[in-house]
Amino acid sequence: MIIFLSCIILFLIGLYAIVTKRNLLKIVIGFALVEYAINLLFALIGFRSGMLAPIITQVDAPHRFVDPIPQALVLTAIVIALGTTALMLTVVLRIYNRYKTFDIAEIRKLKG
Amino acid sequence: MIELYLFLVFMTVAAFIATEIKDLLAAVISLGAVGFSVAIIFILVQAPDLAIVQIVVEVVTIVIFVAVVFRTTHVDETIGKKLTSSHVLSIVGFAFFALLFFVATVRALQELPAFGNATMKVASEYIRLGLSRAGGANLVGDVILDFRALDTLGEATVLFTSVIGVIALMRSVGRKKLKA
Repeated sequence: MIIFLSCIILFLIGLYAIVTKRNLLKIVIGFALVEYAINLLFALIGFRSGMLAPIITQVDAPHRFVDPIPQALVLTAIVIALGTTALMLTVVLRIYNRYKTFDIAEIRKLKG
Repeated sequence: MIELYLFLVFMTVAAFIATEIKDLLAAVISLGAVGFSVAIIFILVQAPDLAIVQIVVEVVTIVIFVAVVFRTTHVDETIGKKLTSSHVLSIVGFAFFALLFFVATVRALQELPAFGNATMKVASEYIRLGLSRAGGANLVGDVILDFRALDTLGEATVLFTSVIGVIALMRSVGRKKLKA
């Protein structure tokens, strides 16, 4: 329970950066933090204490594995997170080249 | 499980530093600290595949972040500026939402099985059939590449779409030719 809540705290730190920061790069960092928090929560939910990683080493032995499905889902989510972060950073770089600032309040003023 | 708690605390502190520090390069390095502690926690909860992917992705992410910081500026000049009314409003709104969200998740997490006691209804079927039907000893690989291969196809589509987006945004040669 406490362990799951620490993931929620990481999520809220990321959301805090997204909502209240005025620097574009800090907003992208906030998105990355939210992605980490969700991936970590999934991996922690699938854990069973005393069990092994889901790789079959002996065919006829009883299987004592952690849950492989959350791991499979998170594996795809991690790679998608890389794609979205790269795309966001490209947009941020383009905005900086045009306005010469990361401050979203300044960018709003310079519009048009 | 004491090391798990240590890394969770370290991760939270590094995340807070990443959002609040004035130097953007230091913020990016703190983000890297969060990502690598997530990778170590993946190893601790018996997910070696996730740890491998997380380390590779984290290195690439940090390289892209550092490249952006080097091409732009080191200093976050919005820290220490006077608060405007819209900024104060966003902080108050976030605090209100965070309180609501925290209460709701505490109630929702009580419904989940406790840490270390996952129920595995669907997964037990995959574990039973994994070796005979999909033919791979690594069950995570079986799920990704065989049982849920369509999901992986969608993921590859998203990844390549984002690559197309990055290429389209980064090319400057074509634009100059259009003007001339």
